[in-house]
Amino acid sequence: MIAALELTGNYYLVLAAVLFTTGAVGLLIRRNVLVMFMCVELMLNAANLTFVTFARELDDIGGQAIVFFTLVVAAAEVAVGLAIIVAIFRRRRDATADDVQLLKG
Amino acid sequence: MEFGIFVVFAALALAGSLTVVLARNPVHCALGLVLALVSVAVFFLQQDAQLLAAVQVIVYAGAVVVLFLFVIMLLGVDREEALREPIRYQRPAALALGVIVLAEVLFLAGRTWATGAPSQRGPVHEEGFNNIETVARTLFTDFLWPFEITAALLVIAVVGGVVLARRSGQPAESVDEGHEQEPEEAKA
Repeated sequence: MIAALELTGNYYLVLAAVLFTTGAVGLLIRRNVLVMFMCVELMLNAANLTFVTFARELDDIGGQAIVFFTLVVAAAEVAVGLAIIVAIFRRRRDATADDVQLLKG
Repeated sequence: MEFGIFVVFAALALAGSLTVVLARNPVHCALGLVLALVSVAVFFLQQDAQLLAAVQVIVYAGAVVVLFLFVIMLLGVDREEALREPIRYQRPAALALGVIVLAEVLFLAGRTWATGAPSQRGPVHEEGFNNIETVARTLFTDFLWPFEITAALLVIAVVGGVVLARRSGQPAESVDEGHEQEPEEAKA
């Protein structure tokens, strides 16, 4: 029965939407900055999956090229973001988002 | 067969992403992230993006997650997170917002194709070229300028990472000495 089902792009798009939402909810409910960062990576990956799906659906290699740039931006973001987390941790001995409120009005 | 593979890895991707969101221990979150990323790499393979699947496993599951784990070990934050809630009703509100976002995206995606634009950069399958050659040709012709800018972006990110990870302003020794000398001066 499963083999009879046609695998269309819509399945990938729905899955990407679910993954993106999971990452977004995780970003909102978690307090650990490292885990929040991982949720951002999850959202970026869901967007990548959408790009690749549309690249195949529209038969356009540009979609795959864009994913390349997303990967580079994600890598740069991780490098800078983790350095910021390490710098914060040196001062505050904690990696909880709520404790970083020095700029709070 | 294809559909079966999709179902299996979709379940694994969802399990991995839920582990990222729900696991208390950050190390478990990182491992869940690996599971989700590898599953997405399988979807890339299914959709004729072989190069991206390899890059996904090498860069994401390899470099990025290892960097995450390295920072977790370095900082020693691999203990469980407190369950206190500083903002009242934050978690139920976040869940409700997530459901709304999902419904919106599915509604928009279910109506019609978001775009019907014809191919601008050439087809995915070109006669006599494999996936790597096709992507490379697009990157080095149509996307040459963005490609050069990403090189600059990577250099800036590396320099920024080094500057941020250094102790601010002064070399490490002088800062430490300054802190150690203060009590002695107070005693004297």
